[in-house]
Amino acid sequence: MTAVATPLLGAADWLSEPLPWQGRRLIGSLERAGLTGRGGAGFPTWRKVAAVAVGHRPVVIGNGAEGEPASAKDRTLLTTVPHLVLDGLQLAAEAVGAVDCYLYLPGPVTGHITRAMAERAGRDRFAVTLVPAPDTFIAGEESAVIAAVAGGRALPTDKVGLVVESGLRGRPTLVQNVETLARMALIARYGPDLFRGHGGFLSTVSGAVVAPGVYEAPQGIPIGHLLELAGGPATALAAVLVGGYHGTWLPIADAVSAPMSAAGLAPFGATPGAGVLYALPTALCGLVETARITDYLAQQSAKQCGPCRNGLPAMADTLRRLADRERDGRLPDHVARLAALVANRGACHHPDGVVRMVRSAMRVFATEIDAHLAGRCSTMEGR
Amino acid sequence: MTTAALWYVGRGTGVVALVLFSVVVALGIATRAARPLFGLPRFAVLAVHRGASLLSLVFLVIHVFTMVLDPSAPLRLVDVIVPFAGPYRPFWLGLGTVAAELVVAVIVTSLSRHRIGYRAWRFVHWAAYVMWPVAVAHAIGTGTDNGRLWLWLTVAGCVALIGVCIGWRLSTGFAVRPQVARQLAGVR
Amino acid sequence: MKLHIDWTACDGRGTCTELIPEVLAQDPWGYPLPVDGSRQPEVPPDLESFTRRAVAYCPRLALRLR
Repeated sequence: MTAVATPLLGAADWLSEPLPWQGRRLIGSLERAGLTGRGGAGFPTWRKVAAVAVGHRPVVIGNGAEGEPASAKDRTLLTTVPHLVLDGLQLAAEAVGAVDCYLYLPGPVTGHITRAMAERAGRDRFAVTLVPAPDTFIAGEESAVIAAVAGGRALPTDKVGLVVESGLRGRPTLVQNVETLARMALIARYGPDLFRGHGGFLSTVSGAVVAPGVYEAPQGIPIGHLLELAGGPATALAAVLVGGYHGTWLPIADAVSAPMSAAGLAPFGATPGAGVLYALPTALCGLVETARITDYLAQQSAKQCGPCRNGLPAMADTLRRLADRERDGRLPDHVARLAALVANRGACHHPDGVVRMVRSAMRVFATEIDAHLAGRCSTMEGR
Repeated sequence: MTTAALWYVGRGTGVVALVLFSVVVALGIATRAARPLFGLPRFAVLAVHRGASLLSLVFLVIHVFTMVLDPSAPLRLVDVIVPFAGPYRPFWLGLGTVAAELVVAVIVTSLSRHRIGYRAWRFVHWAAYVMWPVAVAHAIGTGTDNGRLWLWLTVAGCVALIGVCIGWRLSTGFAVRPQVARQLAGVR
Repeated sequence: MKLHIDWTACDGRGTCTELIPEVLAQDPWGYPLPVDGSRQPEVPPDLESFTRRAVAYCPRLALRLR
């Protein structure tokens, strides 16, 4: 297993070196390095930057609003290596010729960033405005970020065109996850070739592992190895939720050897997302966990769009009944029909993410479903 | 046209305009209810609301301009635009000017709804709830100097209609719409 | 020609589902449900005039043709 050549975590004292200004050469470096977005969508970063760079009076927004409760990588970055993020923001701003620069942050890390910015006397060419992000699941959604930076509520908006063409106040807008920005700074410092093939990503591992936390790993690492980085399983595992609350459940037998990369997870209908892994022990019932997560996601709906506002609570309620071992054989079918109703409708992809996670649960926990419908549960817990 | 004929046409179209505008407001509330009305599907309720408002506008225009043309009616062209400056019952006449201008604002913004955006349209459309009582006051103030019973009854009818509609609008069940296909065949 | 629904504006009033039921069905809560299952349903040419009316009549201006 190849190590990460230019790690973020534990990156050496950064401020002692001058900022590696690149101008528009950064775009070529990003393309050569093959950096993809670390916010969950995994889009090629150079394409986004190039698209914004041709626009008139562009804007750059660093997105530090993690949103996902199972993810901690963004706040870890912002508190341990803030200067990497801030350098990346400067580099991105320079590459697109930004007129305005923002950093969208949750409350608890704002103090760290303000102190870090005070340490940067004279280092920056672009002024950065800090914008508070609310502690909600959808606060990190791209259009919600833009709405909040524009002074409104952090809620998704109707998509009229591409954000890179028309975003904040109609201007070309680059919204980039803070980890992506930090990786940009590393690429600018050490060159794209060192990154290419050895680039890393941050993963938040939680659940039944010995040492849950944020770990850095090379892309393509088998999930089993990533769990070992986190101290290995604490007990026998049943499944892993890959990619966060909008991700996909994988049975443990598939998960251990599945590579944590877009290509590696595609055969399982999964994506690495923002690198979130949740290890489900055999002692917990997968249906109970799925019902809990769905209930949370239903509450976290922005409640702007009818299908999501109505459909997600209905799904959560049905899953709760299934988890509570209600002997109604129509329940799985009801879940499937609600999922079909809710998918592909709404201003953002929150319902689609919920549907992906729930459908994978219905597949992976099929034996649990049969047991629950018969009034039993095969785990030690489960009420 | 003889001045007497102009006078009757002027007053008549005024009363018809008031009745029609009352129907328009009632239909507007029915449109907001977003449910079929007396067998009319929702889009038809909206279509009749729009059509009736344009018809009302026609009667309003005739009402105003016969009054201007009628030498015995105390309405000058300037009073069509400037309220409360007329020579006869200036306050009650002025209310008519105000109501007419609100009607024009509501109709113009509704015709250009897609261009001005939802929020601007809605803000002006609320003025309909101001226009209607002002129009009623104008009708009572300028139209009842002869004390004709039929006029009082007509106005009372319009007020009753709108009173019922507003009561409906404010009722708790108004915005709740009956669910189509009750929650997927029996499963809660 | 595709029909775009602004879901943040849509209130499930149901005018569109009456005018173009071939394109938009109703979900159990009254909101438009594209019959073809896509995010922006395709409108066949013979339904264009009805769709334009649906766009004009939507009480919340939630529809747009592109």
